[in-house]
Amino acid sequence: MAAVGDLQFEEFGNAAATAAENPGATTISIEGPGESPAHQAGLPRGSGGEEDDELLGNDDSDKTELLAGQKKSSPFWTFEYYQTFFDVDTYQVFDRIKGSLLPIPGKNFVRLYIRSNPDLYGPFWICATLVFAIAISGNLSNFLIHLGEKTYHYVPEFRKVSIAATIIYAYAWLVPLALWGFLMWRNSKVMNIVSYSFLEIVCVYGYSLFIYIPTAVLWIIPQKAVRWILVMIALGVSGSVLAMTFWPAVREDNRRIALATIVTIVLLHTLLSVGCLAYFFDAPEMDHLPTATAAPNQTVAAAKAR
Amino acid sequence: MAKAAESSGEPGTTSPRPLMRDLKAVGKKFMHVLYPRKSNTLLRDWDLWGPLILCVTLALMLQRSSVDSEKDGGPQFAEVFVIVWFGAVTITLNSKLLGGNISFFQSLCVLGYCILPLTVAMLVCRLVLLAEQGPINFMVRLFVVIVMFTWSIVASTAFLADSQPPNRKALAIYPVFLFYFVISWMILTFTPQ
Repeated sequence: MAAVGDLQFEEFGNAAATAAENPGATTISIEGPGESPAHQAGLPRGSGGEEDDELLGNDDSDKTELLAGQKKSSPFWTFEYYQTFFDVDTYQVFDRIKGSLLPIPGKNFVRLYIRSNPDLYGPFWICATLVFAIAISGNLSNFLIHLGEKTYHYVPEFRKVSIAATIIYAYAWLVPLALWGFLMWRNSKVMNIVSYSFLEIVCVYGYSLFIYIPTAVLWIIPQKAVRWILVMIALGVSGSVLAMTFWPAVREDNRRIALATIVTIVLLHTLLSVGCLAYFFDAPEMDHLPTATAAPNQTVAAAKAR
Repeated sequence: MAKAAESSGEPGTTSPRPLMRDLKAVGKKFMHVLYPRKSNTLLRDWDLWGPLILCVTLALMLQRSSVDSEKDGGPQFAEVFVIVWFGAVTITLNSKLLGGNISFFQSLCVLGYCILPLTVAMLVCRLVLLAEQGPINFMVRLFVVIVMFTWSIVASTAFLADSQPPNRKALAIYPVFLFYFVISWMILTFTPQ
């Protein structure tokens, strides 16, 4: 039995140091309450303090890169490889959609909701729904605007579906690609703390487009003021989700470049929404009551001139 | 196809000709779609003849006449065909990627057969459009299309839902909803000449 004086408290440092100096020792680490259990590989974590660094993503950016790399172990020509991009449950998709609708200042969408499990289900089907929402609402809105005009013949405007599909899918894939390339290039010059993988950027962009689905449906209302208010709201919500996601990734950089990046992101988003509004939805005329024979001809001519 | 083409039966034998047998199988599946209960017939003995017949019928009825064609009219025959098959393939891929245990052709078979109510809706709409146009005409068509759309969704869900993992059912069903919604929209907005 050892003497009392010989008993000393032994400092148990972090698990890595213990494992390094004593290869035979086993280390146990207790994960924090916020960990998502299903998708973490068994890496020992020194502290479960990921919740504190959501915005900065301080010490887990390289871990998540490692985890992301560990997950996709199948070669890319097998079906299982693509199944890893659809590894989400219903409640997770709903959570991500909710996160894109309620941007909370200080919460990063990628860190909070995606957590190194980016999915392609959300972006793909949100874009598909948006394509049809815009095409159908545009068609319906034009029908309602020109209702009652004797010279208007309703056409389903089926061509516009393919145009809408090209625009939306190009935006949802090419802009993230360009942004990812840009961030990678800046990363090579300035050591950024936070870096995103390509799929995470695609994910954020896809989910941020969700707000435009109800907006497109509400654009049926043929009032200019209503439409522009809707544009402002939608842009505010999704623009702030994007800005808050990418601000930590460029913050370390030159001030002007960081600001220019964020401004470009928001500007492209604005261009998309205003462009869709202008192309798919005819301008509501101030007075479209076919009282006199002259008025319908003028409005039809004005509509055709667009 | 599940039943390969065989040589026709010799005259004088008592065995039914394979063509009649195929037609009977297709007809039986139509009945299963019209009265959907949880049964495995559609999944077990899949075939693509039924979907092909339905798709061609729908596309023939939906195509715009070539007279007014160019300027943003309704879809062409090929466009409808492509939408139906491309949509069905995409939904099937989606459900397989989510972890469903249904085979590729089984899923195509179910989705194709469940277009039957919407094809019936198209026929009814074409008949209704022969009458005088107006809001009542539109209301009747709207009602018919909505009923048939719901029927299609219910039928396909009855067949497909069991093959999905339980916590992803909604994720797999939503694209089916979108698919039939788009087809219903094409049927509803069909204007002759």
